[in-house]
Amino acid sequence: MPSELATPFEQQLVAHRGYLLKFARLQLRNESWAEDAVSETIVAALGKPQSFGHRSQLKTWLVGILKHKVIDIFRLNARTVVLETDPDTDHANDELDALVFKANGHFAQAPADWGNPEQDLQSQQFFAVLEACTDKMPAAMGRVFLMREWLELSSDDICKELGLSTTNLYVTLHRARLRLRECLELNWFGARPDLP
Amino acid sequence: MPTCKEAAALLIANEDRLIRLRDRVRVRLHLMACKTCPNFERQLLTMRSAMRQWRNYASDEPPTPKA
Repeated sequence: MPSELATPFEQQLVAHRGYLLKFARLQLRNESWAEDAVSETIVAALGKPQSFGHRSQLKTWLVGILKHKVIDIFRLNARTVVLETDPDTDHANDELDALVFKANGHFAQAPADWGNPEQDLQSQQFFAVLEACTDKMPAAMGRVFLMREWLELSSDDICKELGLSTTNLYVTLHRARLRLRECLELNWFGARPDLP
Repeated sequence: MPTCKEAAALLIANEDRLIRLRDRVRVRLHLMACKTCPNFERQLLTMRSAMRQWRNYASDEPPTPKA
């Protein structure tokens, strides 16, 4: 789209593309789905510029549209989305359990005192680590985890959208949270010089 | 008395669903007696506010580094 012909509104949309793509990729774990979701978001936004009032910020509005597009894509591909809960991943999860807990049910390594998280949550680097930890999850786990945490869907809705059993969902979320804790402890809180 | 592994599993489950009253009591009792699990519970709370803030930052401006 030649920029001299684009309206300021269109230019702003294009400027947000990379940002939207980052979240679409993280949530969808599939390059072409992510591209589709972002393209559809931009097309939808172009089609109804009047619905973007000044009440909310452009970015907030766009992310809201993107979330709907992402849910549509999950709906269309529900089977593929959770198909990847495979034995390999199960094996890796048993290993994680064995790493975190001893056979007698005690922690192998006591959870650290993460201190006062206020200052961590002010840091862009912290959120970069958080995103990297989420990105490292196996695709199916990462999708389900972000459906809870980014799309803010209820457990019931996730099960309905993906045709998952609640047991399956809770097991997946349990593993995702355990992994995230481990990853943050190793790569952020443990790495901080002010902690032992 | 649940083991740390069981208590941790219940604390994690509590992030995504309402756990039974009986289990909530078991976890509380465990937390009172255990030296390591209270840290784990605080970590989960930190993760919860981190994810909340990440969501906000996702749809808003990223936090600007302090000059």
